[in-house]
Amino acid sequence: MIEILWYGRGGQGAFTAARLLGAAFSLRGGTNYALAFPSFGPERRGAPIRAFTKLDTKPIGNRSEIAKADYIIFLDDTLFTEKTYRDLKPGGRILLNTKKEVSDDRIVAFDGDALAEEILRRPITNTIMLGAFAAVSGTVSLKNIEEAIRGSMPAKLQERNISAVQAAAKAVEGGRADETVLA
Amino acid sequence: MAKKFLSGNEAFAEGIRLARPQVISAYPITPQTIVVERLSEMVEAGSLRSEFIHVESEHSALSCAMGASSVGARAFTATSSQGLLYMAECLTYASGGRFPIVMMNANRSTALPWNIYGDQRDSISQLDCGWIQAYAADAQEALDLALMSYRIAERKEVSTPFMANLDGFVLTHTYEVVDVPEEEQADRFLPKFETDNKLDLEHPRNLAFSAGPAHNTAFKYKEHVGLCNAKAAIKETEAEFAKVFGRQYPGLIEEYRTEDAEYILITLGSIAGLAKETVDRLRKEGQRVGLVRIRYLRPFPNEEIAKAVSSAKAVAVLEKDISFGNEGTVYTNVNSALHKAGLSIPSSNYIGGLGGRNISGEEIEGIFGELKEHRAKITFLGIGGDGK
Repeated sequence: MIEILWYGRGGQGAFTAARLLGAAFSLRGGTNYALAFPSFGPERRGAPIRAFTKLDTKPIGNRSEIAKADYIIFLDDTLFTEKTYRDLKPGGRILLNTKKEVSDDRIVAFDGDALAEEILRRPITNTIMLGAFAAVSGTVSLKNIEEAIRGSMPAKLQERNISAVQAAAKAVEGGRADETVLA
Repeated sequence: MAKKFLSGNEAFAEGIRLARPQVISAYPITPQTIVVERLSEMVEAGSLRSEFIHVESEHSALSCAMGASSVGARAFTATSSQGLLYMAECLTYASGGRFPIVMMNANRSTALPWNIYGDQRDSISQLDCGWIQAYAADAQEALDLALMSYRIAERKEVSTPFMANLDGFVLTHTYEVVDVPEEEQADRFLPKFETDNKLDLEHPRNLAFSAGPAHNTAFKYKEHVGLCNAKAAIKETEAEFAKVFGRQYPGLIEEYRTEDAEYILITLGSIAGLAKETVDRLRKEGQRVGLVRIRYLRPFPNEEIAKAVSSAKAVAVLEKDISFGNEGTVYTNVNSALHKAGLSIPSSNYIGGLGGRNISGEEIEGIFGELKEHRAKITFLGIGGDGK
């Protein structure tokens, strides 16, 4: 199972990204399964939230929050702390949307805000970080993400967000993200 | 069928859309709200032709559904927690009036302390009100229950309202892949609601009347028979469902690796998924453990449970419920089933998940470990004490 933990603030769309990833992975058919859910409870714009995506090639019975993640994705770097490493599986990666320089092999850092401003014209980085995840992990293809976006986002948002996913994938790893691999 | 990535609430709403209720009366409450929102959007968009009545309370929601049912309309409502308790007065009206209303209940804790998270104390507190009570384990089963519920409830020999329970948040708000049937398939499975138990100018009759001491027992007896008749109706409906949709459900209980199991966990709702994974893990280590998932608490599967655990050395009941001053109500029911079947199997009771507290795989493994001690006891997961 691959477990992805998302950090964002209410209104940034972290749960939408968690859900799009689950849909992209599992709607391809075959024996792919996914669960996606937000941290439960009252929601407030601006307040820290977490969201969860679990991906596997068999049905997933465990509906609990993720304790140790393969990937931890931050839409907002003010939520990142040293404690984050405790939630990471050995060999796991952190994807960080930040303008800062980061030198840590476990962290893939890039300026998602700048890309978002350029493509979406607003500082919303959820699909940006989803594209970055696809490129870094190779777990889900950009084509499947595109299908998930077309299947569940309002029509007027689709093209821009598909462009955002593609641009982010290119930005972090030169665009190589067509293989779907699950250990 | 179309595969969609839906939450439990959304899946249930899709099932209700396919069941085509003529009247939906509901009042939103967390974590049920999304069902009501989706259905109102479907009515607005014209994909569901139904009278959507946004009432001012849960008491009115069920009263309204009863009014609709009493003129022969298929009716739906949904609630949760305090909402269910607020409509409690109407629950016995609906069942005593033999109105086959379907209600979704998003299982949520009851106050105080105030809490919006999932446990099953709301619906289990209403076990005696004469409704069929089903518990879904995942979003697919939620959708399928929505479709099957009307077919079971509306059968003449059943004529009993149906409460479909979904664990709050962990099921209602969790997204997963769901097969959504085509309308044509659903129409083939679920015919239009026809009943004689309605107000009809051509055939005047009295509904929802009084019955004094002389006749009351006979009415209550018939109500009991109706609910017991649901057992056969559930089985037959599931067989028909499998023919049309290709998914076979296992009746009142689901057995998982119980054939040669020495230690069996009995539970209900969506925690069964994690329990199955735990059973698989322990089986790999050579431990003979199994799971019984109760799908229907009413009618209660007395014989089915006794048969499933008859060769076990010990059983545990894990439930998100406590009947204060005694024990978990599911445990009471299970012990009664074992006793009536002449089985003297040691049983223990685990109270977990109250107010949405997480139940971990390690805790479930711990239950199997403790079962080997063969001690009848009650344990609050996370506290350990039995309160005595």
